[in-house]
This record gives sequence, structure tokens and C-alpha cells, in this order.
Amino acid sequence: MTQTLTITDELRAAAAHIVEALPGDVMSADIVRGELIVQVARASIVKVATYLRDNVICQFTQLIDICGVDYPERAERFEVVYHLLSMKKNTRVRLKVPASEDTPVASLTGVFPCADWFEREVWDMYGVYFSGHPDLRRILTDYGFDGHPQRKDFPLTGYVEMRYDEDQKRVIYEPVKLVQDFRTFDFLSPWEGIQKLLPGDEKATVAPATPPKQGGA
Amino acid sequence: MSPDTTRPTSEIEIENYTLNFGPQHPAAHGVLRLVLEMDGEVIERVDPHIGLLHRGTEKLIEYKTYLQAIPYFDRLDYVSPMNQEQAFALAVEKLLGIQPPPRAQYIRVLFAELTRILNHIMNIASYAMDVGAMTPFLWTFEEREKLMGFYDDVCGARMHANYIRPGGVSMDMPAGLKERIGDWADKYPKMIDDLEALLTDNRIFKQRTVDIGIVSEAEAIAWGFTGPNLRASGVPWDLRKSQPYDCYDQLEFDVPIGKHGDCYDRYLVRILEMRESVKLIKQCLEKMPSGPVRVNDRKIQAPPRGEMKTSMEALIHHFKLYTEGFKVPAGECYVVTEAPKGEFAVYLVSDGTNKPYRCRIKAPGFIHLAGMDAMLRGHMLADVPAVLGSIDIVFGEVDR
Repeated sequence: MTQTLTITDELRAAAAHIVEALPGDVMSADIVRGELIVQVARASIVKVATYLRDNVICQFTQLIDICGVDYPERAERFEVVYHLLSMKKNTRVRLKVPASEDTPVASLTGVFPCADWFEREVWDMYGVYFSGHPDLRRILTDYGFDGHPQRKDFPLTGYVEMRYDEDQKRVIYEPVKLVQDFRTFDFLSPWEGIQKLLPGDEKATVAPATPPKQGGA
Repeated sequence: MSPDTTRPTSEIEIENYTLNFGPQHPAAHGVLRLVLEMDGEVIERVDPHIGLLHRGTEKLIEYKTYLQAIPYFDRLDYVSPMNQEQAFALAVEKLLGIQPPPRAQYIRVLFAELTRILNHIMNIASYAMDVGAMTPFLWTFEEREKLMGFYDDVCGARMHANYIRPGGVSMDMPAGLKERIGDWADKYPKMIDDLEALLTDNRIFKQRTVDIGIVSEAEAIAWGFTGPNLRASGVPWDLRKSQPYDCYDQLEFDVPIGKHGDCYDRYLVRILEMRESVKLIKQCLEKMPSGPVRVNDRKIQAPPRGEMKTSMEALIHHFKLYTEGFKVPAGECYVVTEAPKGEFAVYLVSDGTNKPYRCRIKAPGFIHLAGMDAMLRGHMLADVPAVLGSIDIVFGEVDR
């Protein structure tokens, strides 16, 4: 138990320091479930990452992961999530940067060499453009693939399927043909899954705002 | 073709040529395509083309309930299935705010360490074969068979276990398995000795591996290396020690580290890790408490079969759990485990429903393979299998 305590102390120190040292670049630094989450302004990601790597209180020397998350309902729908690790302090930090289809995020390849493939993957899967990346090609999808498969609006089945064509003696691509309709089961039970408001119920909350007239009857 | 006599021979330039290694190459450990830019026999640049085994695991998991997502983890790094289940189970548990009972934790660690041996056997044996030794492969696969027998005993499947579940493990170990694993753990160090007798001082093996693919401490950190590859470069970093999960904090073990960071050190670190794993397995068997193996929460874990025959409520719970599944409170967490190949992590974002909103799988092999280019520059063509084998790549997890 003592170890988890010291970890949070280190984290708190790092969190307080980050907010203080980088005003304007860092929106917030919170500790949730023992994990330090830092919201970073998109323009400042390289500055913040460099600072976190080199600062003596932070020492987040290793980039562990970069991934994207898609929230279609947001104005800037993507969130690029960076995970950094400090072996010296035994702490981790998560940096979050908002992005959209047309707003490029600065590449971290100059700060952490291993950002290269991670950023290629985010580009491939979500279509977040990383400016300054030396070689932003697709990485996991097929040669000549179109679209960004992990976006929430990309269908699970995809658009094309490939097969070997015996007549043409080559692999060909065709639109996906499903032998039965694609089925997704929504198992969320109606008792808990939907809004508990019944039609007309919203009036009940409005009613007390207008006090009934005194007297009468 | 007649020689071009107009130019003096000294001006003839030999251009670099590119060489395709794989995707169907026995030493490519699956489906890796390396585009090698060669200057004669010397490698100038390596461009790994991955994704030939991409199955969209992360996307698929977004469409499955939490329970249905577990089998996908077996199929990532198919040489060490249970370690990955453990990572996912820990992530879900963290969001649910539950802890598995002590016996379940010990069973998890026991099988995580068995799996570590399973993985290292596979790596070392196939590595030895890549650099020219056949016998270790034949010898160690007999041990692998025994280990997969233990998998079979505990969950009914030899490889794709689906055994470690959020809130514990799917069922208790059968009677007699503890003794069988104990017997095996007593005999296994002899096997490691035999393996070492074949390889460690073998002149051919050393010629192929010593001083090949050297990674310095600073480089290993900068390139994001984790696990045995990082430790072989001399960084004493093991998540089982520094950020312990399940019951690792109650067990005694050492963390072997290398000195030179070459292929030979990576091999030695794995050999020593197997010996440490045997120690851990013995401690687990010795200390394992009795008691339940699943949390006693019917909203997360299905009731036992017998109860379902008599209790209506148990039947409803069972039905609900295997159709709707359990709901995980909204939030996100990043949970790391020390898988045999390195830091295997799950970044789980939940929106409060029965399916993960986003499940990012951080696979160690992905970033190790990214380091190939830097590791291989200036090496000879024959060193490609040696370096590739030493960083322990399995394409299930690289491509996901």
C-alpha cells in the first residue's frame, strides 16, 4: 500500500508542476483513478512533450503509446492520446489533444523517435494528419486502402472485399456482399438502457417554476 | 549486352538495390514483409511492411460486450494468450472498481508465469532454428506440449483459453493439477540446463548473435522498447516489480538484466527469466490460498450451474449476463502488465454501456519492430533473421 501512496504523491507533484510551468499550453491536469490526465492545447503538444521529457520533476523519458479516439458528436471529433512513462519516478502521464479531419497535429517524431509508427497508425485508422512527420504512410491497412476504418462512422464490414479470381488469375476487389443482413444486437435492456423520462414527464419539472396563485377557490 | 566502352571503369556507379524479405519467409515469424535497401551485402535501410495479419481487433471489440471481447485477446499474441487476457481483465476490473479474490490472483499469476515460459520457449527455440540449430526446437516443443496440457486441464482449450475473466477466472483448477504443475516445475530447470548446454556456449550460435543488433540503454528508451528487449540493454525495469498487479507484490523474484544489448544478451535475459518464472510458479503453488475464484457479485459473474437449477433469480442473472452482459461505469483507464514480450497495456474508454467505447491495445511487438530499421543499418543480410528473432515478434499482436 505504501507504494501506491508514494506514486500518487509523485503524481500530484508532477500535476501541480505541469499546470504551473506551462500556463496556456496545458488546459488541465487531473488525477483520476490514480492516473494523471493532462489536456493539452493542440498547438503546444511538441512544447509540452519536450518539457515533460526534459524537466527534472517530470522526467517522462519514454513514449509508450499514441492512439486516437473518435467522438463524432464533438466539434473536433478526434482525440489523440499520448501515454508517457517516467522510469525514474515510476509515474505515467496521459496527454490528450483534440483534433479534427482538417486540423493537423504536430508530429512528435523529433522528440521521441518511436512516435513514427504510432502516428502512422493513428493516421491510418482515424485520418488525423500529423504535420512534420517524415513518412506519413498507411501502416496496417492494405495497399491502396481507402478510408479510415476506426472512425465510428466506418462500417464494421468495410466497403470492399477481396478474393482470388480464377478467370483473371489475380486478386480482385469487389463491394462487400453479405449473404445475410448485417446484424447488431442492442442488448441494452429497455428498463435501464433508455431515458427514464416518459412522454409528458418533462412538464413536471417545469411546473414548480410558476407558483400557483394564492387565494381563489 | 555489350559493355559500355565509352566510360572508364572507375566511373561506373553501382546503385543500391532493394530486396524483398517475405511476406512468405520461414524466418519472418509470420507475415512480415521487409523491403531492404542493400548496398551489396550491407543493409542501408529497412522498411518493414506490416498489417498483412490486420484483423481490426480494436474495431471488433467496440461491437462486442466485455465478456465477448476476451477471446480476441487470446488471438493477439497467440504464443502467450493468458497474459493478455489478464491485462484486459485488470482494465475492466479497474473501471468496475472490483478486485478478484486472492485465490484467483494466484491462479492468474501462476498461469501468467507458465505462459511466460511458453512464450520464451517458443522464441528461443525458433530463434535457434533461425540461426541454424534444429535440436532446441524439437526438445522444447515437448515442454510446450506439457504446458499446453496444463492449459487444457484448467480451461479445456490448449491455446485460446478464455480463462481469465473480469472478476477472477472462469473456474477453479481441477484436483491434481497443482501436483502435476509442481512435478513439472521441479523437472523443468534441467531442461533449461540442457537448452543452455546446446546454445549458450555454442560457437556457431555466439558467432551469429554476439555484438549483432546492439541497442544501447538510451536508444532502447528512446525507441520505446519494453520487456526483455529493454532489460537486455541494461535497464532494470520490470512492471511486475515497479507497478505490481494481482499478487506479484507478495512474491520473491529477481529481474535479470543484460549488459551489451545485443542479440546474445536478449537470449540470455529470456533464459534467466524462465528460471525466475519457475521460482514464481513454485511460490504460487506453495502460497495459493483456498477460497472462491470469482467475485461474489452476480451482476458481474454468472452464478454456479447448480444454483441455476433451483433459483429463478440465478437463472435471470445468467441470462442477463450472457445476452446483455454487464455494464461498466463511464470513464477510462490505462492498465499495464508485463507480458512476456514487454509492456502490454489496455487503454479502455467506457461510455457506461455494455460495450467498450474504445479499447486500445498497446502491443509491445509493434514498437520493437519499428526499431528494426535503426538496429539493422550497416549489418549484413544474414543478420536480418538473427535480429528479427531476438526481438521476439509475433504478428498477431503487431498487426492486431
